[in-house]
Amino acid sequence: MGPEVDTPGTPAAPAAGGERTAAARTAAPARPSRVSALLRTREASIIGALVASVLAASLLVDGFASGRNAGFLVLDIAAIALIALPMTLVIITGEIDLSVASTLGLTSAVMGQLWVMGLPLETIVPLCVLLGAVLGALNGILVTVVGLPSLAVTIGTLAMYRGLAYVVLGDRAVADFPFSWTGGATSRLPGTDIPWIALLIAVLAVVFGLVLHATPVGRSLYAIGANDEATRFSGISVRWTKLWLFVVSGTVAAGAGIFWTLQYGSARADNAFGLELSVVAAVLLGGVSIFGGRGALPGVLAGVLLLGTIRNALRLADVSSDVLNIVTGLLLVISVVLPNTLARLSERRARPAPPS
Amino acid sequence: MRKHIHYGVTAAALAGVMLAASACGGTTRGDEGGSGSGSGGGPTAEADPDAEIPEGLSISYLPKQLNNPYHAVANSGGEKAVEELNGEYKEVGPSEATASSQVSYINTLSQQGSDVIVIAANDPNAVCGALNQARQAGSVVVTYDSDTKPDCRDLFINQATAEDIAKVQVEMISEQIGGEGEIAFLSATPNATNQNTWLEMMEEELAKDEYSGIEVVDTVYGNDDDQKSFNEMQALLQTHPDLAGVVSPTTVGLAAAARYLSGSDYKGEVALTGLGTPNQMREYVKNGTVEEFALWDPADLGYLAGYAGASLSAGRITGEEGQTFQAGELGEYTIAAEGEVVLGPPTVFNEDNIDDYDF
Repeated sequence: MGPEVDTPGTPAAPAAGGERTAAARTAAPARPSRVSALLRTREASIIGALVASVLAASLLVDGFASGRNAGFLVLDIAAIALIALPMTLVIITGEIDLSVASTLGLTSAVMGQLWVMGLPLETIVPLCVLLGAVLGALNGILVTVVGLPSLAVTIGTLAMYRGLAYVVLGDRAVADFPFSWTGGATSRLPGTDIPWIALLIAVLAVVFGLVLHATPVGRSLYAIGANDEATRFSGISVRWTKLWLFVVSGTVAAGAGIFWTLQYGSARADNAFGLELSVVAAVLLGGVSIFGGRGALPGVLAGVLLLGTIRNALRLADVSSDVLNIVTGLLLVISVVLPNTLARLSERRARPAPPS
Repeated sequence: MRKHIHYGVTAAALAGVMLAASACGGTTRGDEGGSGSGSGGGPTAEADPDAEIPEGLSISYLPKQLNNPYHAVANSGGEKAVEELNGEYKEVGPSEATASSQVSYINTLSQQGSDVIVIAANDPNAVCGALNQARQAGSVVVTYDSDTKPDCRDLFINQATAEDIAKVQVEMISEQIGGEGEIAFLSATPNATNQNTWLEMMEEELAKDEYSGIEVVDTVYGNDDDQKSFNEMQALLQTHPDLAGVVSPTTVGLAAAARYLSGSDYKGEVALTGLGTPNQMREYVKNGTVEEFALWDPADLGYLAGYAGASLSAGRITGEEGQTFQAGELGEYTIAAEGEVVLGPPTVFNEDNIDDYDF
């Protein structure tokens, strides 16, 4: 009986990585060593991997350890980091939103088209945020009201939103945004190399982190991911929760689209093509279970930073972009395979131990 | 409650790590200035035509995307130039040719202190901020194949002027149909900027008296898709039974049209010309489907860009209009308005010379 208690996806544990969870884990299985218990908190290992790779890159890669490069790195991962925050919550409930990059692209296209039509950016920006919410709501309604699986729905809207983006802007690019906005998007905090967007990401990360890990809403997300039937019976509106999550996901993706457009000073229908895969990769790498019910935001942030660090360091070391993609893919496979293998290994090790 | 605090602290700590990571360099700005290897640095205010090109200049090529055959040929010319200059050649680039994908690579090159960045921009604006940062850090920026906004680079190496491209195609078709008859255009997409410019200029050229016997009866679009171009060519020949010739100013269109033509009864009857690569067209030139077509030599383009970048970095030129520089075996070039250098009129390929080229 002993080892089974700790199988992954146990709904009892609201969050991995917390004190209580860790304590419960060490108590339940036969007698795992401290090290293996620690290893099994994915957040600990991913943060460890991040620290290790930052240290290794600083020592081994010329030009990595500088403020200027860190600034480049943050700007590189900004959009991924923003979108990964709501994506974490969505995946924890056992759903997925693959339409985020297309939402970003459509927002960018609409932003460009509205600018060409002569609207001021002060009006365009809120309109685009609203658009994101509507696109997210459409996903949410198809999932919750119509009852389709989110994987199918968002693969559909992935194609549809990108298609709409091309309808809006074709293969044109709109690029005559005022410098006060485009330069402002990538500007640094006074006296440092830190882009201001890092601050926004940090603030949003704290907000999402608190919601997920310190509120009843957050606990209900884990419960939904673990067993949404049971959660519904316990009186939580699974539908409303999921609907809102998709709205938030779309809204944040649109916000990332506005930032992306200004960051590169170019509104295009093909902006951020394929970015959804990087986002999902970062979230899974950060220890969130693709089946829902497990994961924590600090791990995801570490996952985003780890991917960014590795890509940045390998580029500085003149590794070709093809190899870079292979490394990213490999990391993702490992991040999915490793926890299962570790769990199985520790189970096997636990079994022959005599019960004393 | 304690747990709540715990998570809050973890999140805040992580945010802190992130900020610290990007803040740490606030004090290590030192490597920004003299990071350029060799004695390169940026162009000086005054051009000194006798300045030595230093050995070991790092000249980096950034194509629209890696593994793109066109850019592979262009960069092979670049590699040759850098070898002749005793510099350090490097090719980096994204695997996807999207607008923003080159930015990380520009940042990397700027961080590495590359003396010269030679780039074919996927988007005239998306790379601007990064290029200007690299220039502030001491790199010289040369665009080739596709330009950025002029204020983001030092020089643009243009493969050929639109006038030259339009002119050579009109000359070829006129000659091939004997100066008389109906012709049609098979273009790429209806909104491809360069193709449309060429079409417009070809119409202007055809309006001249010497071409009064030629009438343009149709313009169709193959969307740079092989199958679509093939079908459009077939449709053209069926809807216009008196068609004497077709001009396809796009490599995909020309090859597909030639494939259709060579398998049809119109082979040898209807003339076909345009812009194409020797490797794609060799078979059709040899079997008599196509007499002549044109394109610039991409290897020369990369070669010229390398010499232009090195001359800039050494201070031989500053990018002002009217300055001249030597480009190895290609000879002397003059900088035109807005920092543009034109490689020259397109090369015409036919049975006599096609085997001299491999791209």
